[in-house]
Amino acid sequence: MALKDLVDPAASGPLARSRGIWSALHLDPILLFLLLILVSGGLFVLYSGADRNIEVVKAQGIRLGVAFVVMLVFAQLDPAVFRRWAPWLYAAGLVALAAVLVMGVGAKGAQRWLALPGLPRFQPSEIMKLVVPMMAAWYLSRHFLPPRLSQVAVGLAIVLVPMVMIIQQPDLGTSLLVGMAGLFVVFFAGMSWKLIAAFVAMVSVSAPLMWFFVMREYQKQRVLTLLDPQSDPLGAGWNIIQSKTAIGSGGIDGKGWLQGTQSHLEFLPESHTDFIVAVLAEEFGFVGMMVLLLVYFLIILRCLYIAATAQDSFSRLLAGALTMTFFIYIFVNVGMVSGLLPVVGVPLPLISYGGTSGVTLMAAFGVLMSIHTHRRMISA
Amino acid sequence: MPWGEFKDTAAERRLFQRRTVVMLVFVILMLGGLLGRMYQLQVVEHDIYTTISDKNRVQVQSVPPPRGLVYDRNGELLAQNRPVFSVTLVPERVDGMDETLIRLGRILDVSEQDLERFQRRLKEPRRPFQEIPLRYDLTEQEIARLAVHRHELPGVEVEAELVRYYPHSELTAHVLGYVGRINREELQRIDPVNYAGTNYIGKSGIERFYEETLHGKVGYQHVETNARGRTLRVLERENPVPGEDLKLHLDLRLQQRAHELLDGRRGAVIAIEPKTGGILALASVPGFDTNKFVTGISVDDYRALSQSKDKPLFNRALRGQYPPGSVMKPMLAIAALDSGVATRDRTIWDPGYFQLKEGGRRYRDWKRGGHGWVDLREAIAESCDIYFYETAVEMGVDTMSGYLSSFGFGEDAALDVSGALSGLLPSREWKRAIHNEPWYPGDSVNLGIGQGYMLATPLQMATATALIANRGTWVEPRLLRDVIGDDSVEDVLPDETHQPLALKNPEDWEYVVESMAEVMHGTKGTARRAGSDAPYRMAGKTGTAQVFSLAEDEEYDAEEIRERLRDHALFVGFAPVEDPKIVVSVIVENGGSGSGTAAPVARALFDAWLLELSEGSDSGLVSQATGGAQ
Repeated sequence: MALKDLVDPAASGPLARSRGIWSALHLDPILLFLLLILVSGGLFVLYSGADRNIEVVKAQGIRLGVAFVVMLVFAQLDPAVFRRWAPWLYAAGLVALAAVLVMGVGAKGAQRWLALPGLPRFQPSEIMKLVVPMMAAWYLSRHFLPPRLSQVAVGLAIVLVPMVMIIQQPDLGTSLLVGMAGLFVVFFAGMSWKLIAAFVAMVSVSAPLMWFFVMREYQKQRVLTLLDPQSDPLGAGWNIIQSKTAIGSGGIDGKGWLQGTQSHLEFLPESHTDFIVAVLAEEFGFVGMMVLLLVYFLIILRCLYIAATAQDSFSRLLAGALTMTFFIYIFVNVGMVSGLLPVVGVPLPLISYGGTSGVTLMAAFGVLMSIHTHRRMISA
Repeated sequence: MPWGEFKDTAAERRLFQRRTVVMLVFVILMLGGLLGRMYQLQVVEHDIYTTISDKNRVQVQSVPPPRGLVYDRNGELLAQNRPVFSVTLVPERVDGMDETLIRLGRILDVSEQDLERFQRRLKEPRRPFQEIPLRYDLTEQEIARLAVHRHELPGVEVEAELVRYYPHSELTAHVLGYVGRINREELQRIDPVNYAGTNYIGKSGIERFYEETLHGKVGYQHVETNARGRTLRVLERENPVPGEDLKLHLDLRLQQRAHELLDGRRGAVIAIEPKTGGILALASVPGFDTNKFVTGISVDDYRALSQSKDKPLFNRALRGQYPPGSVMKPMLAIAALDSGVATRDRTIWDPGYFQLKEGGRRYRDWKRGGHGWVDLREAIAESCDIYFYETAVEMGVDTMSGYLSSFGFGEDAALDVSGALSGLLPSREWKRAIHNEPWYPGDSVNLGIGQGYMLATPLQMATATALIANRGTWVEPRLLRDVIGDDSVEDVLPDETHQPLALKNPEDWEYVVESMAEVMHGTKGTARRAGSDAPYRMAGKTGTAQVFSLAEDEEYDAEEIRERLRDHALFVGFAPVEDPKIVVSVIVENGGSGSGTAAPVARALFDAWLLELSEGSDSGLVSQATGGAQ
């Protein structure tokens, strides 16, 4: 399959003929195909990472099935619906986040869950990954683009408020992802390069302030550990040392499926959740990592194509931001496991076990498919 | 608004598409960065991490060798190994240490001492995930109960190891000794490589003397472990070389008999085969259960043993230093004859006392009225003190000391008996050095009947008697008969160092032997009652040793003091006279007279060895003996 076909299946090939069915289902066959490859390969790695516990794989399979249904549902909704609902969803999200801070439940010293009577327990911060870019896109797309300075400021405020609330839970990882999602909207909207430069400068100045006033002790520890894992070889450094060992010992072609000693001998912590990429790297080696990153890259490529061909600003901004959020997931997770970034709790998208992130991600892909399949034949 | 009311959708799209291209480049660069990082880790630094990974999972564990077994001369097992189960905790894996300990206390019998020792070791520095033992030697029921509750006790493990077991514990306690946990001091001198994995070491007796032979060589295995240090599989294994099995000269049946004969008394018996020097029996009564010491004796049990008035822990046969008394007379007779002081025809008038000079101190004979005219043979047979007083003074200390030293007094002459004491052989130099006084003729008088400063152990008395039985040929007492393994006995057994005692007239040996036969068979022999009606001829010498003082901490109990002030009863002897097959030395503490108490014990042992147990006439006593010990 040539790259050209991937980008536009309507151009030629067997997919062209079946486009009618896909349109009716509001699904994008290329994206769906790539996601299926990723998810099915991921289940194999998960089986190994969970130390051959088939129950874990089954549970993940069910969760992914639910996520696919969610994607299907989101794909049916017209993008206009998202735009119309964005302010209300955003307002509700802020209320929910406030509620979490007041009456949230959770574990390990963090309050992230909201248990409302009659509703399943849910994590409002997770939903904000979708809602914040929607709101930012809603606001910015109401004006001429590129936005003016004041509009950029409002856009940033829309992003910053939920971010700060999520940090309070505390959940640095999700807060960063929500923030990135919103910032990408502002970026795609055409925030001037000068402003971007100024913004980057501001962030670098505020980093030390963050260190002293915002970051919790354990978060600082993670950064320090990243700089020198050997300083705490049995504590926080253990994870980084062991995951780097897992990856490095995998070599070019890996130790083979289910043959990873680091993960199966319990040296690698969280080998089926956040650190699962180390299992893949150990068992399938550099070749396996190349394949994984290629699949991710193709998904991003397809999504960016969808964004670029979207018909209105709101759709474009939302599609672009969701795509880049997906990329940030990948980058932060792989960067953290390979010792480039501090350890923050970010799962490897659609492969790590558990969490609601899989559902959110698939919902985002549903939005993308909706954007792509609800195009009206006006501009062609 | 520069472009009027309407949005310029085409411009917005171009702007967005430019930004998308920027993002695409950004994504490619970042993914390229990740791929570069993977390349660095997996290709460039692959070797480093492979090494770390192997070190992570592969550990070298030492495999302790099984300890060699010990048999008696008939192949009866005296020391064996049995699996013992202990319960250990890995603190890192235990959730709630206090709670777990309380729960374990409900399942098992955990004493205060166990807990105390555990808490102490919990505070000591150790490797992460290293287990700490809580209690040793679990019963089957306890293991079963633990298995039932195992799921609610994370971090609690049951571990098996081979531990020494002595099936005839009390009978063999003082011969075999026992093994115990290696202590700090022993840790300094053992080979740390060969003892890696070994928890026990010989503390006394054969276990200590032949530690090196019994221990064997450590083995190794490369095992794959998980992060918690739990062994998952063995990758490679070099088997340990088991310790070699030892066969002793000891005859468990005779040992059993000796214990029975001394039962209810305090005393010691040594039986030696004079041709080989092999120790047939080495009994110190009362004994104790050595098995209690192996995994660590409780404080209460130890206190009971160490504070007992009967001193069961004390090895009387090797470490009991007694004044040998009249038992020394045959050796002194050899000295007198060979030095020319006494002749076979010389007779001495015994009025019942001896004086160094007119009007001086009177040294009394044991027989109030005296023996009248006695020659050397009668002096031995009737144990006449006066004869020996007089010859002792004539010989002088240097002559006596010299000959007695040739008999092995004043040294540990045993080959492979660990912990034997050397007694005390007084000499002119010794007295000058210790008491800063010259040797007086009165000291010679006392030495002439084995009293005064002289001290000897039952083993030494047996050794000296064996020299007479062998007519001057030295065979140093030994326990080891054979090594069942690669080494030969000669490799393991120390070399003999004693020269034969050559007399100017070798006939003197026969003379003294015959005199000792008179003790048993003569009409006036002191042990004639013990020697009567025997189908073989035996030789012997009775003795009594004075008990000087009472230990200070002993409570006043008139009857007991009277009992404990009584003389020790001694006897040495061998049989048959013509071709000695067994030499015996017997001491019964506070037993009164040698003839009445000690000689019958020896006679019973002679009978047992020569009539019942002699090789070839297997009378099925093995089963009796073992049956009695269990």
